[in-house]
Amino acid sequence: MMNIQVAERSVSPMTGHQSKGEPAVGAPVTRNEEAHHELAIRVRDLNLWYGQAQALKSINLDVYQKNVTALIGPSGCGKSTFLRCLNRMNDLIPGVRIDGLVEMDGRDVNEAKMDEVALRRRVGMVFQKPNPFPKSIYENVAYAPRMHDLVSRKTDVDELVERALRDAGLWEEVKDKLHQPGTSLSGGQQQRLCIARAIAVQPDVILMDEPTSALDPISTATIEDLMDKLKQQFTIITVTHNMQQAARVADYTAFFHLGEVVEYNDTQAMFSNPHTKKAEDYITGRYG
Amino acid sequence: MQTNQILALFCGTLLVLGLIAFFLGRAKAARVRASGIAMYAQPDQYAWFSVLSTAGPAIAVGAVGAFVMLLAGAEIPTLYLLAASLVVGCAGLVMGIALVRPDFHARQAIERVIRFFLAGAALISIFTTFGILISIVGEAIRFFQMQSFWDFITGTTWNPGASFLEAAGRAEEGGSAAQFGSVPLFAGTFMITLVAMLVAIPVGLLSAIYMAEFAPQRVRTLAKPVLEVLAGIPTVVYGFFAAITVAPIIVDVAGFFGLDASFNNALAPGIVMGIMIIPFISSLSDDVINSVPDSMRQGSLALGMTKGETIRDVVVPAALPGIISASLLAMSRALGETMIVVMAAGMRPNLTANPLEDMTTVTVRIVAALTGDQEFASAETLSAFALGLVLFVVTLSLNLVSVIMIRRFREKYRINNL
Amino acid sequence: MSQPFDEISAQLRRRHRKSARLKWISMGALGLAGLFLVLFFADMLVKGLPAFQQARIQVEVDYSERASQLPLAAVQENVRPLVSRGYLRLIPGRMDDNPELLGTTRMEWVLADGQVDQYLKGHHSKLRDSEQAVVDRLAAQGRAELRFNTTFFTRGDSKMPELAGIAAAAMGTVLTLLVTLAVSFPIGVMTAVYLEEFAPDNRVTQLIEININNLAAIPSILFGLLGLAIFINFFGVPRSTPVVGGLTLALMTLPVIIISTRTALRSVPDSIRHAAFGVGCSRWQVVRDHVLPLAMPGIMTGSIIGLAQAMGETAPLIIVGMVAFIPDVGGSFTEAATVLPAQIFTWAGEPDRAFIEKTSGGILVLLAVLITLNATAVVMRKKFERRW
Repeated sequence: MMNIQVAERSVSPMTGHQSKGEPAVGAPVTRNEEAHHELAIRVRDLNLWYGQAQALKSINLDVYQKNVTALIGPSGCGKSTFLRCLNRMNDLIPGVRIDGLVEMDGRDVNEAKMDEVALRRRVGMVFQKPNPFPKSIYENVAYAPRMHDLVSRKTDVDELVERALRDAGLWEEVKDKLHQPGTSLSGGQQQRLCIARAIAVQPDVILMDEPTSALDPISTATIEDLMDKLKQQFTIITVTHNMQQAARVADYTAFFHLGEVVEYNDTQAMFSNPHTKKAEDYITGRYG
Repeated sequence: MQTNQILALFCGTLLVLGLIAFFLGRAKAARVRASGIAMYAQPDQYAWFSVLSTAGPAIAVGAVGAFVMLLAGAEIPTLYLLAASLVVGCAGLVMGIALVRPDFHARQAIERVIRFFLAGAALISIFTTFGILISIVGEAIRFFQMQSFWDFITGTTWNPGASFLEAAGRAEEGGSAAQFGSVPLFAGTFMITLVAMLVAIPVGLLSAIYMAEFAPQRVRTLAKPVLEVLAGIPTVVYGFFAAITVAPIIVDVAGFFGLDASFNNALAPGIVMGIMIIPFISSLSDDVINSVPDSMRQGSLALGMTKGETIRDVVVPAALPGIISASLLAMSRALGETMIVVMAAGMRPNLTANPLEDMTTVTVRIVAALTGDQEFASAETLSAFALGLVLFVVTLSLNLVSVIMIRRFREKYRINNL
Repeated sequence: MSQPFDEISAQLRRRHRKSARLKWISMGALGLAGLFLVLFFADMLVKGLPAFQQARIQVEVDYSERASQLPLAAVQENVRPLVSRGYLRLIPGRMDDNPELLGTTRMEWVLADGQVDQYLKGHHSKLRDSEQAVVDRLAAQGRAELRFNTTFFTRGDSKMPELAGIAAAAMGTVLTLLVTLAVSFPIGVMTAVYLEEFAPDNRVTQLIEININNLAAIPSILFGLLGLAIFINFFGVPRSTPVVGGLTLALMTLPVIIISTRTALRSVPDSIRHAAFGVGCSRWQVVRDHVLPLAMPGIMTGSIIGLAQAMGETAPLIIVGMVAFIPDVGGSFTEAATVLPAQIFTWAGEPDRAFIEKTSGGILVLLAVLITLNATAVVMRKKFERRW
């Protein structure tokens, strides 16, 4: 009955701001205490405003390493906005104000000293629409590692590109045309190229913002399999509007509604036995 | 009778005929309608149709007659022409009124005529291009009948001075024969264009990058109109500025370094021309950079790239076809720019690689050839058209390449506002 | 396994510096463009503002019998070189008009010679030392001063700088632009309406479109060649006149008007057209009654910008002969005329230094008009801009 406890705790409103040293009061207890369920990102009392409009309200969430965490909810509920808080992509939007704690590796990512470029180096991202650079397939993957000085010798770069493309399940399809432009690939291949590009810099966390919404069902299935494989190496947080997808790929699922986390739980528990009326209505398709 | 009087008579009679057609047509249509028969169109539309059927043929006959007179030189007495066109107008009037019948689609007929007129207007731009082409090619051919094409293209001496004697049939008296070797002119044009592009491309492109990627909204809204002012300054003003202000500064600066610069040096018009072109490049590049999808930037930033790296390695390469296209257009502008070089560059054809010397350009020689008191048929005057032909071909090619590149860019990112 | 943040940040330091450098350099480029604009305007103002002032001196004018024959005799010998020759030449005429002047001697403020003007403004002048002394003395007595230069705005060109004005050129500009507007506006709007609302999307239409874009980028001097070969030599339009200049400029302005009109038409949403079609309007009625009125502000803005461009154009007008010396303010479309930019060009070629000032003054007037026109266009666009 641990799961129930998890749900109840995580949705209960936080009574006060937590300083980062204290234990996470609202943290869901994991379903087992295995080592690979260490904390990757800890979010406490996170609020975000676009100008006057509050888009995120007091979010508390713990993300565990080497798991897939899915964020679901009706459109406009703030799940993508929340995702973008994790690697500070919201910085790019003028008029955004954030308070609260997003802690990673013992550091608040929003603190003044934090270099957002360094953060993004460790928290990669895959976008809704595939966005390969206007470069060759090879360069798409090799560009960032080379800039980050992860590799420099030609043979190392070749090796890294091959590994990333293999990990992304794209190698067999593109190994003969590495120097063709990335945009010449199909939509599903482009998205896997973007995943290869993200994993090539060896981040800790990969954020995926509805990575399959622009793809056909077959490409979607490929990417879902890929996510399952990649969680061996990376912490994956994915936004999806497709509940079946969340049920298929995610270990944990958070249900967002109107800028709040209504329910956060182990995926199985969430789908079989939702604890809140809203989540139940959404999951059973009464709205969304 | 004077042409003016004939024209006035024609217009006046036509106006009267038109009014008659309008009121007759409307009256007839109203009568038909009053008798309870359903008609395809409104009485006013029948009236307008009658006017069109009266004036259209009459004007057409008049215009064709005038054109035949002008083109073929045929002597048609203007009074006959006037009479003929007015008779046709009357016939059109009778026919127009006769067509006012319930089963006649007056509205569709008017639409067809309007459509015809609009299409005719659209053709004028085609005629303009042909006009330029014919006027230039025609006179250029006359020039190449007098002078060898090969010498024109490869000759290194431009000395048209004695050509008027040849035209007067006294070629022997002038001593040295006129020479039309255009290489020094093209060298000068190329040099000044090169200087201009060296100024305009870096400054224009970097300004565009700043405005599109770094500048806060306030700076943007301020800088855009400022650059537009720069673009709106007439070229004659730039020319004056280059000749009176910039050239002496360059002479002084060169003198400071112990170099000898001419007051008509190629650097002054080049630099000023570059400044003139800055807004051109910056505004086009700004548009292009802005239309690079934001997902590109985000993709790069999400990999942990700095903003500068994102711009250099992702945004600019993505925008490159558009930037090249803008630069080519700018180059075509610089090649054809006239006033700045007429006022600030030299008149002396000079084949040199030193921009501190005076050099002349194609456009300068065109102006020089056509503003003197030359007989029109002289080789020097006609040489202007030969030079114009080269200028036309070069700028046309640059423009076409640029259009094709920008089209590629547009298709790639499916943008329609360029 | 992964690097801590601080370590990555340390590696990033160099890259951040590079990024910042790009920002500063690009900002500098924009600053450079702005700086140039400031320098340019400062230079023009310094050179041109004195043109709006003109030296006048108070001298004794002797309307004697002799002066009506020999105008130079009307003023005393010591100030004779200081008075404008052009002014002196008018004396006999004035005496004919006002017979009562004969035999009188009056103290009058008269137009000073261009060199006196330059001297009083502290510029280099060709006055001899003795003449300078006279001017100094007059100035000390309050009998020589700089006043607002009305001549500059009321007279045509002259070889004497103190008598040279922009009125003839301004009139020529107005006449030329009237021709330009009368030709290019209707044809431009009709072309745009045809291409946007009527034309089928076929080869011919595409050809017209490419052609229009191309015309917009053809060097202006080639339009001058067209004007010379077609309008003057073929159709026999009189040279140097506002008609031929206006027609030439009209062809140049055409693409600008077409392109901006098309943009304006395109910004009218299709829903308006569908609604009008829905109530039974024919295509032409839809365009005339619904689309064109909505697009009108955009069309006007584009036309003003096109007109401003035409107004500053010089090269093609030189080719069709509009650099004539026009001393009198004309008013005819078919007589020789000049335009403001051409006047500036002519003055810029004058060897007399006093004309540098006139040139800059003319430039200031031209720029003021152009900036006003463009600002009007911008304000109109802002005011009538509608988002659908």
